[in-house]
Amino acid sequence: MIALLLRDLKLAFRAGGGFGLGLAFFLIVTVLVPFSVGPQSSLLSTIAPGILWLGALLACLLSLDRLLALDWEDGSLDLLATAPLPLEAVVSIKALAHWLTTGLPLVLAAPFLGVLLNLPVPGFFWLVISLLIGTPAMSVIGTFGAALTVGLKRGGLLLSLLVLPLYVPTLIFGAEVARRGATGMETQTPLLMLGGITAATIALLPFASAAVLRINLR
Amino acid sequence: MSIAAKANTLWEYANPRKFLATSERVLPVFWISSAICLVVGLIWGFFFTPDDYKQGSTVKIIYLHVPSALMAINCWLMMLVTSLVWLVRRHHVSALAARAAAPVGIVMTLIALATGAIWGQPMWGTWWAWDPRLTSFLILFLFYLGYVALWEAIEDSDTAADLTSVLCLVGSVFALLSRYAVNFWNQGLHQGASVMRAAAVTGADTEEKVSNIYFYPLLLCMIGFVLLFIALVLYRTGTEIRARRIKALLARERVSG
Amino acid sequence: MMPDLGKYADAVLWSYAASLALLVALVVLSVLRGRKIRAEMEKVENRMTRNG
Repeated sequence: MIALLLRDLKLAFRAGGGFGLGLAFFLIVTVLVPFSVGPQSSLLSTIAPGILWLGALLACLLSLDRLLALDWEDGSLDLLATAPLPLEAVVSIKALAHWLTTGLPLVLAAPFLGVLLNLPVPGFFWLVISLLIGTPAMSVIGTFGAALTVGLKRGGLLLSLLVLPLYVPTLIFGAEVARRGATGMETQTPLLMLGGITAATIALLPFASAAVLRINLR
Repeated sequence: MSIAAKANTLWEYANPRKFLATSERVLPVFWISSAICLVVGLIWGFFFTPDDYKQGSTVKIIYLHVPSALMAINCWLMMLVTSLVWLVRRHHVSALAARAAAPVGIVMTLIALATGAIWGQPMWGTWWAWDPRLTSFLILFLFYLGYVALWEAIEDSDTAADLTSVLCLVGSVFALLSRYAVNFWNQGLHQGASVMRAAAVTGADTEEKVSNIYFYPLLLCMIGFVLLFIALVLYRTGTEIRARRIKALLARERVSG
Repeated sequence: MMPDLGKYADAVLWSYAASLALLVALVVLSVLRGRKIRAEMEKVENRMTRNG
């Protein structure tokens, strides 16, 4: 299992793509927002939590189609499916590798981009916390979407269409935590809901992803 | 004993031939009865019900809005059940029925959204408000779109049936989650009841509050929509079964010839 | 004949028009596709039986 994780991480670093691109995309989205809504700092600080959450979500989405496609093309997915490791574990590892290479850097970069958008000071802590809890769910859900569309030649756009509705609950609760945190309101309820969703998706969704992958490998 | 007998008769329709023969027989009944219910219900509602003292004549939109919203949700439930039946018992008719129902669900959702927006314009002063109900329907619409797109994208019909069924199951859970999330999210924004929420509660969205004058034509319209839905799904399932048969025949032809 | 719809006439008429148009479009499209597929199937089936 650890060998698989290390292999995926190495591939992600060497191929360069997913790792840097996601971050760069996040940066560009954040920079473009003031151009589109105007430079008033009061407006920016109001919408900053939502924009940062949306940017992180889109950056996460961007790297999903590479999640399984490379392994599918060179046939290593078939090898993994026949390996002694259960497929549920394989997809969990894949999701973890995706989170480590995409989700975690986004979480770490978010506070710096928050500065650009005038995020209120108490908001930084809650932004990082909410992203830290929310991004694993995005990776796991994204793995499910990638597994659904892995056999398709032009799956990228379809993948977005399938995955985005599934991101709704995570986005709502995550952005709510960040927003409430930024305005000094209590954050416990949405934080618990966000944590609950993440825990449930990590626990249950790999079974669906593995089932879908088995169908696609048939 | 009786349950087993009943179950037996139901599963008989998993045979495509049997399904086609029976649906051919009962389809005219559904077409005609749904047409009668809809025509009578809509004319009754449109011409012979008084204006509401608060909403004026816009109350007449209820006869389209509520039944279509009802069917938009029930259609997804039906797809969920047929998807489960396909995954567990592998009856092709079941998977094809889910496929046939999805576009009907899309149209129902569209009608519910459109009539809601047109009703909201004079009543709330805006075409669109991010009210929990409206937002949930929009999300439901997105789920329908994804579901249909996945069906269209996959060539092999058995693989497509499997994948869309799993998507339907997972999607149902997330749609339900979104419903609660959206509820929470809007209350977080509005801090309790605002004019809009109050309008949504006392207005056309809850049928318990609708008085009897409006209720009977509404009931007729709802029955009409249910019958129309059944007719459409039966008919479209028949089409899907035939399309699948064409594919199978052509494949056999290629192999033998 | 026509009931007095007051100042909301536009809203009511538009919602009826839009909904009925969508419903009719759905039914017509379903029936058209159904007819086409049915004809096609009969054609293929006839060919199969002729060729054995």
